[in-house]
Amino acid sequence: MDHHRSSTLLDEALALDWTQPRVIVIEDCVETNGAFVLHHVLKRSLALHTSSTSAVIFLAFSQPFSHYDRILRKLGCNLVTPKDNKRFVFFNLLTLECPDGDEGKTSGGLPSLYREIQKVIIALHEENRKSITIMIDDISLMEVAANGSTNHVLDFLHYCHTLTLEFGCLLVTVNHGDIYSSMERPALLLQMEYLADILIKAEPLSTGLATDVHGQLTVLNKGICEGQGNSRNRTHNFHFKVKENSVECFYPGTRT
Amino acid sequence: MAESICRNLRDGALEGEHAPALSIKDSIATPFGSDVFNYVLTKLSSNILAGKSQSKISILDCYTDPLGWKDSLKGPLDTENFSLKDPIEAVLFRHVRNLDLLLSAIIEMGEALARQGKGRFSVSIDSVTEMLRHASLSSVANLLSKVRSHASRLKIAINGVICKLDIKKVYDQNRISSTFWLLHSDLHEIRAIAALEYLSSMVGSLEPMNLSLNGQRGDLEKLSLLEQNSRKGKFHVRFKRRNGRVRVMCEDFHIKQSGINFTPVSSEEGIINQGLLPKVQFNLQLSEKERIDRAKVVLPFEHQGNGEPMHIYDGRRSLSEGKDEKASVLSENLQTNENSGKGEIIYFRDSDDEMPDSDEDPDDDLDI
Repeated sequence: MDHHRSSTLLDEALALDWTQPRVIVIEDCVETNGAFVLHHVLKRSLALHTSSTSAVIFLAFSQPFSHYDRILRKLGCNLVTPKDNKRFVFFNLLTLECPDGDEGKTSGGLPSLYREIQKVIIALHEENRKSITIMIDDISLMEVAANGSTNHVLDFLHYCHTLTLEFGCLLVTVNHGDIYSSMERPALLLQMEYLADILIKAEPLSTGLATDVHGQLTVLNKGICEGQGNSRNRTHNFHFKVKENSVECFYPGTRT
Repeated sequence: MAESICRNLRDGALEGEHAPALSIKDSIATPFGSDVFNYVLTKLSSNILAGKSQSKISILDCYTDPLGWKDSLKGPLDTENFSLKDPIEAVLFRHVRNLDLLLSAIIEMGEALARQGKGRFSVSIDSVTEMLRHASLSSVANLLSKVRSHASRLKIAINGVICKLDIKKVYDQNRISSTFWLLHSDLHEIRAIAALEYLSSMVGSLEPMNLSLNGQRGDLEKLSLLEQNSRKGKFHVRFKRRNGRVRVMCEDFHIKQSGINFTPVSSEEGIINQGLLPKVQFNLQLSEKERIDRAKVVLPFEHQGNGEPMHIYDGRRSLSEGKDEKASVLSENLQTNENSGKGEIIYFRDSDDEMPDSDEDPDDDLDI
């Protein structure tokens, strides 16, 4: 009951809605890992009350299936059954390597990955699974797989964006902000921030390390219509603590 | 002011001149370039959308499949920002890397529409940032300048890659002849932005309402600034006139559900000033009374201690006066010596202008 109540702060901030195409970008750093947000969204995507119409396509560049299975099991969500039912499509891309000079071609590496995903989505649509979530973990490793070609990764993200508009999917991506801290204009990071409908930043507290609070989350939700139609964006900021089986989210100072 | 931009674009160019070109620049702090773009596009095409003129919107779709990765061309065009009352035709374009091909596609589309009517088009590009991802700065600049020089005849709207809108050609009997484009200033090098600004006759840049200063701010302050910047901002426009003069105008904008609203600048200096002082628990400013009291305080070495008025040294005093003064000073000294043996500091101010605690070094006027 307690964890259900506290994670609703995160749900409120995200306002996840599969009826509209949306892009969620999660930005974290070494000091504050934002993977728990990804796991939370994954759990919510699979546990939709209209569960027969939901599906998740997971592009894993960073961890194998067993890792996510273990974590989601602790959160009370089984991944094996949906995987067998083709509701959870897992692409293990840890060893993906795009051939050199891939940018101009329409074959190999990322373009063929895109076509695979497109095929899967069309197949899911035929089975009436309309609430689809595409998750990418994570973009910086996709850049490594693309031999450092930021443009190629951005082209791939653009095509994924066309998919969200065409089929009404939710696209969730993870990136690490501090990787680009030495660059004056981190193109990949900024492009993703422009692309995002919901931008989630996981940062450490400005006061430093703490045992009770692991960090703070800032959620910028663009395009949320408020009552009088006055503001179009909604910003949330709260602290969180990652526990064994859940995440506790609370406003600063409200934790007893 | 936003109205005057649209009017400028609508009026078009005189014979033999380049078409007016507007650059809309935004950044991640105020990512509302698309809203401004849509506003301008709506204003320019208002006659078309209202069905008042025999006009057409042609779309050169560089969004759906810019690089030809898709096997089959499926999916409807997304024109959610505009209602499809009028006949809109769309042509898919799959080779955004080849700018020569792109330019000829634009011109082909424009001439087709020109043949149908009086031959005036306007071009809008959303966004040039995407074009620069696929092609070099020089080729993009080349394309834009060719469009501008062609645009005395043609007006074509090119919607590029990322946005839901696609390339449009807008043909209006009111003889519009102009072009405008959107770019994100923080995604390009300064020279690229400078080159594009040079190509445009009007540059509209969006800036956040409050420039946040990092470091001294607490988390809550950053959050409230973020919240404010997510709805409002400033819109600066620089007009380059034909005679070479530059005019700068500024307006505030506010994002509402129905779109973007422009209002004249409100004086928010008070807020800015407050923002620069760090927020601490004691009052760093002086009240009026405190200021007056401070001005009244006489510094210890400024009074003679015996109720006599201050003497201000006037270098032109004659010797006799000097002697008299000396005499009086001496007598005072004698008196005080007799009285209490106390020391006395006699201070003559150089002039009344010299403020106490002045930062000026009195040795400054020595030339050594």
